[in-house]
Amino acid sequence: MWRKSYDGVVACVPVTIPYRRYSTHTAHWWIGRALRELTQQAGLRLKDLDGLAVSSFTMSPDTAIALTQHFGLSPRWLDQVSLGGASGIVALRRAARAVQVGDADCVACVAGDTNQVGTFSKTLSSFSRFTQDAVYPYGTGGPNASFALITKNYMNTYGARREDFGKICIAQRDNAMAFPHALLKTKLTLEDYMSARSICDPLHLFDCVMPCAGAEAFLVCRETFAQAHGLTGVRVLATIERHNAFAQDPIQIRGGWAMDAVELWSLAAAKPDDVDFVETYDDYPVIAMMQFEDLGFCKKGEGADFVRSHTLTNGGSFPHNTSGGQLSVGQAGAAGGYLGLVEALRQLSDAALGTQVPDARIGLVSGFGMINYDRGLASCAAILARAA
Amino acid sequence: MSEPRGRPRRKNPLAKTRQPLLPPGLRSRTALGLTAAAAEGRFALQVCSDCGLVIYPPRDACPGCLSARLPYQEVNPIGTLVVETTVRIAAERYFRERAPWRIGMVKLNAGPLLVVHLHGDVTEGGRVRLALKLDKSGAAVAIALPETETLNMQDDPQLREMTCDPKFRCVLITDGRSAVGQAMAKALSVAGATVVFVGVAEPWKPFVGMDLLHNLERVEIVPLDVTDTESVAMQARQNGGRIDIVINTAEHVRPGGIMARHGVATAREEMDVRYFGLMRLAQAFGPSMAARGADGSNSATAFVNLLSVYALMNWPTYGAYSAAEAASLSASQCLRTELRPAGVKVINVFFGPLETDWFQTVPPPKVTPRALAEAVLDALKNGLEEVFVGDVATQMRARLAVNPKALERELAG
Repeated sequence: MWRKSYDGVVACVPVTIPYRRYSTHTAHWWIGRALRELTQQAGLRLKDLDGLAVSSFTMSPDTAIALTQHFGLSPRWLDQVSLGGASGIVALRRAARAVQVGDADCVACVAGDTNQVGTFSKTLSSFSRFTQDAVYPYGTGGPNASFALITKNYMNTYGARREDFGKICIAQRDNAMAFPHALLKTKLTLEDYMSARSICDPLHLFDCVMPCAGAEAFLVCRETFAQAHGLTGVRVLATIERHNAFAQDPIQIRGGWAMDAVELWSLAAAKPDDVDFVETYDDYPVIAMMQFEDLGFCKKGEGADFVRSHTLTNGGSFPHNTSGGQLSVGQAGAAGGYLGLVEALRQLSDAALGTQVPDARIGLVSGFGMINYDRGLASCAAILARAA
Repeated sequence: MSEPRGRPRRKNPLAKTRQPLLPPGLRSRTALGLTAAAAEGRFALQVCSDCGLVIYPPRDACPGCLSARLPYQEVNPIGTLVVETTVRIAAERYFRERAPWRIGMVKLNAGPLLVVHLHGDVTEGGRVRLALKLDKSGAAVAIALPETETLNMQDDPQLREMTCDPKFRCVLITDGRSAVGQAMAKALSVAGATVVFVGVAEPWKPFVGMDLLHNLERVEIVPLDVTDTESVAMQARQNGGRIDIVINTAEHVRPGGIMARHGVATAREEMDVRYFGLMRLAQAFGPSMAARGADGSNSATAFVNLLSVYALMNWPTYGAYSAAEAASLSASQCLRTELRPAGVKVINVFFGPLETDWFQTVPPPKVTPRALAEAVLDALKNGLEEVFVGDVATQMRARLAVNPKALERELAG
């Protein structure tokens, strides 16, 4: 195995445009706001952005190229990352390589989506051909039913209980209480969690993310570029990306991380104990639990035990989804795939908007996306570190 | 076992009639192969001609070897229900008003995993038999059924969304003078229809089998002449609001081609019965059926058109007859599209020569009126859309699929 490191490249300027449950604006408005915020915070001019990576479910009929004209950009590197919850990390790793080889100096990575009444069901009905042919006609109405089946199967297989998933959700809500942009900030108790209305057995209300509108962004540039502009950069120690892994598993019990985690840790020259906080992709808590296992924090099937033996809040033994994650902040379409990464950049540059994880030096972020048929196809992860 | 469905309660005349909603009906072109199989009651999936992999969801390249040769073939429908869930809050309006709704994932013994609807008698971890059905949108869906028949199986509410079971429904049979119409009346009476209206033109004229009709339970003879617009309209005014199933048995069989006939008088009659007759029925009964497509558990559900299989390819011995049947088939296809928004199925039942007087000189195999009636009943219970009854019709179906030109030549004799 020979893979080049990301030495000399940093991610910086974490930006969040405060989410709204529903928005009358378009995706373009949200993405435009994020780009403006990015340039203002970085003290850059629009023309300094010579690279753009964009992710959105709701910018139809436009694609990334249309956005260059819409926003008056003239980048020499352009990418559209349509990987849902894997968008942030994949944008980061592509942009990092582009910067590393000099194809671009300063890449704006941005994800944004609107949520008008009806947007969500429109996105669902035309999500993919397999969805249209083989899932949507079954009343699933989006990923709830797919994740209900995955969750149920995981519970049947490994003996995880609803209480274990509840613990993940409750800890995230605790973290969200201090995070200004979280849409859900009512204290959540185990009793509230257990007695919530059933959505799709065994998923109940607090297991499901709430769709909303919002945008997230960050910059990728050389470390020297960041220093010259007075920006606090975060180093990229290692990343992995995998699609359609373990297709032979009848029902998803692991993600692609399990295929590449060893390489991830080895590239980063780190081990799970070295990590100060973890940002998983959490559209449903079962998938967060699978990430604990597949990324090597515990063995397969021991996710529930792992959760039971840790405190998952920012001051706890295993700080997890430190801004509250999507389950408490909201899922702003493709920006949901940026949420954990943007939060990690803040935690590693002492810029937390909520509770700062004490002495956070290394963080792991992972992404998961695209229920094309019966399972999530894209998985990815990145280990990030505070600049020296 | 399923809860046996009791006689529906009398409808509250003040209550609003539920408007039809449809499940998502959009499919890729390749996935329409499932719809073709479901329409005929077959369980067929794509099977790779090169590596033998059974494929689902439908694809245009084999995920095993990238072959593009992926024909639909009948596949062993047995599998295991690995996991199930109950959807309680659905985004789609159709499912929202029908929730809770059970679905699951079935691993077929043949290989692939399918997301499927669940019959009430299947349990997680158990063996199931998959079937392809047309849902209210007219598109194919898979449902997991108990491996072997269970008690009152047809009464399962989720299965009933995909079938047209005549039990506790009101049926109109358009012509009771024919042997076919009478066999049909008997079959539907036995199947537990609430009322079987049997249309007879000029009912004061006696006819063979009249006594039999009179003696059948829940059968009511009503005046109906499909060649008379006013007669059809009057019957619709009388009973149209109650009719859930129309079975168009009106026939007009005369041997002969088109060249040797004198003029077009007979052909006009044929068209009047088979083409304009269908149009009159559609105009008179279609709108009220469409309005009642989701009207409780005994909603309007099916319009059955009996068609000679020679509607699909002209048989010159009965050449003009074949042409009128072809016109009727074309109209029936149009009606199918027009009734689809209501979730009402149009069922085309194709038969070969019948064991009746008008096919006296035709050699066997022939279809008895009783066999035809049983086939219609089976089509209703299983929610089929295309049915081929008897050996001649079945063979025609197969020969058309292989080489229509050869069939045309061979039918010429």
